[in-house]
Amino acid sequence: MLQSFGKYLLFMQSLFTRKESAKILFGRTLDEAILIGINSILIVAIVSTFIGAVTCVQVAYNLDNAFIPRSTIGFMVREMTILELAPTITSIVLAGKVGSSIAGGLGTMQITEQVDALEVMGINSASYLVLPKVVAAILVFPMLVILAMFLSILGGYLAGTLSGELTPQEYITGIRDQFIPYNITFALIKSVVFAFLISTISSFRGYNTSGGALEVGAASTAAVTNSVIAILIGDFVLAYILL
Amino acid sequence: MIEIHNIHKAFGDKKVLDGVSGVFETGKTNLLLGASGTGKSVLLKCIVGLIKPDLGSVTFDGTYFTNNKLDIRQEIRRKIGMLFQGSALFDSMTVEENVGFPLRMLTEMSKEERRERVDFCLRRVGLEGANKKMPSEISGGMKKRVGIARAIAPNCTYLFCDEPNSGLDPQTALKIDELIKEITEEYNITTIIVTHDMNSVIEIGDKIMFLYEGKKLWEGTRDEIMDTDIKELNDFIFANRLMRDAKKVEEEEREEEREEEERRHEAENHTPAPSQETVQTQNEPQLKNPEGPAATTQTDNHQV
Repeated sequence: MLQSFGKYLLFMQSLFTRKESAKILFGRTLDEAILIGINSILIVAIVSTFIGAVTCVQVAYNLDNAFIPRSTIGFMVREMTILELAPTITSIVLAGKVGSSIAGGLGTMQITEQVDALEVMGINSASYLVLPKVVAAILVFPMLVILAMFLSILGGYLAGTLSGELTPQEYITGIRDQFIPYNITFALIKSVVFAFLISTISSFRGYNTSGGALEVGAASTAAVTNSVIAILIGDFVLAYILL
Repeated sequence: MIEIHNIHKAFGDKKVLDGVSGVFETGKTNLLLGASGTGKSVLLKCIVGLIKPDLGSVTFDGTYFTNNKLDIRQEIRRKIGMLFQGSALFDSMTVEENVGFPLRMLTEMSKEERRERVDFCLRRVGLEGANKKMPSEISGGMKKRVGIARAIAPNCTYLFCDEPNSGLDPQTALKIDELIKEITEEYNITTIIVTHDMNSVIEIGDKIMFLYEGKKLWEGTRDEIMDTDIKELNDFIFANRLMRDAKKVEEEEREEEREEEERRHEAENHTPAPSQETVQTQNEPQLKNPEGPAATTQTDNHQV
């Protein structure tokens, strides 16, 4: 484990040595941002909308008390969404989708000697292939998390009002109640850290694949499980430090 | 000219290369010959710097490469073109983008100049018009040609080919060999080819280095290789010949059997025998079976 961590650190160092020109990196980063961001919008939208809806219904079920105002449901949906559900659940979903895709792609390039082909040309393959993925993930994840926050709160609104648990006015009152802007900052910091963890861990797993198709599958699985564990540990550490 | 001196490499306890030295001349096709697992590909990767040798040195035209400064190694690497065993074309790029990739990365050429150079290289390897195809849409032989075009695109001084005709039929393999030979002579580059195919030796081998269990056992020209008295090399040549002869005999027997079958069929029915393709199609498992579930199970069993 310690050896793997050491290799991971060396791998991170290799990303920043012998970088390609800014123009090439910019182009590659845009390509990766499209792959990571645009292609993940649908899954993020579906997951976050339903999570918001389910949260609203379950909070309403637990707060079935005449002494508690119904607007509390909206308040709780907002707090849970911004602080935890949007950044963490979105990142876990993206660890599955983006992480496995990164590890699978790099693993396949490694076993088919495409990485060697880059090295022979005198190109730093780690920097050329991985750095744009990391930068793109760091740029795109916060946007996806903001989208997830919005859709999750919207999902709660739709579920709450359509099921008759509370009125639209009550939900909006709850949403606006005791709003702390720092929570948004906290969620965005989390999303950046998770983006870094997912992209680097998955790249590390994929880049160090050797063998055949079986090993590429194993690398993808390892990338997802390691990323999810890293997200959960990171989530706790950030909450402890920043809240 | 490439010189290697006393190259040693081990993976754990397994010694793969044991003090290999030699000179690979410019304008000639230098062959690294040997059976599988004798360290040919590892030696090639040590020469191009993909694997770091435990001991020994590589020199390109007098410039020390192994363990030299990164800048100098990068400079030399930019003169290297390499054709990999599986072609190693970038899946996400078209043929044109693959060939133009080193030009885009390593040169200051304009888009137009790059396009002209790509067209020239593709024409040179006989692939004009394949620009927009993806690697998944072309055959193994064409992939090798694209690999060669990509290798020569930035005007390489050194060309390395790792088993360039593996997985190809003998006719295509011969064409690829001839193409490499032509390019080597035309551009006066230093070419090193890893192979275990005696056909390549006979067709294009100007200078041959025979590796056995990580050691250089013999070095010489293709005219000298048949007169050698080294047992391991003679065994290798004999095994290669046997394999070729066995393949030939097998093909002849199959052809004879087919002709016999056709004659018998014609004699029995006074009708021509079904062609080979028809027989194959009839024997293939059917994907959709109109006969119902029972018949489908039969097909599934056949596939298992």
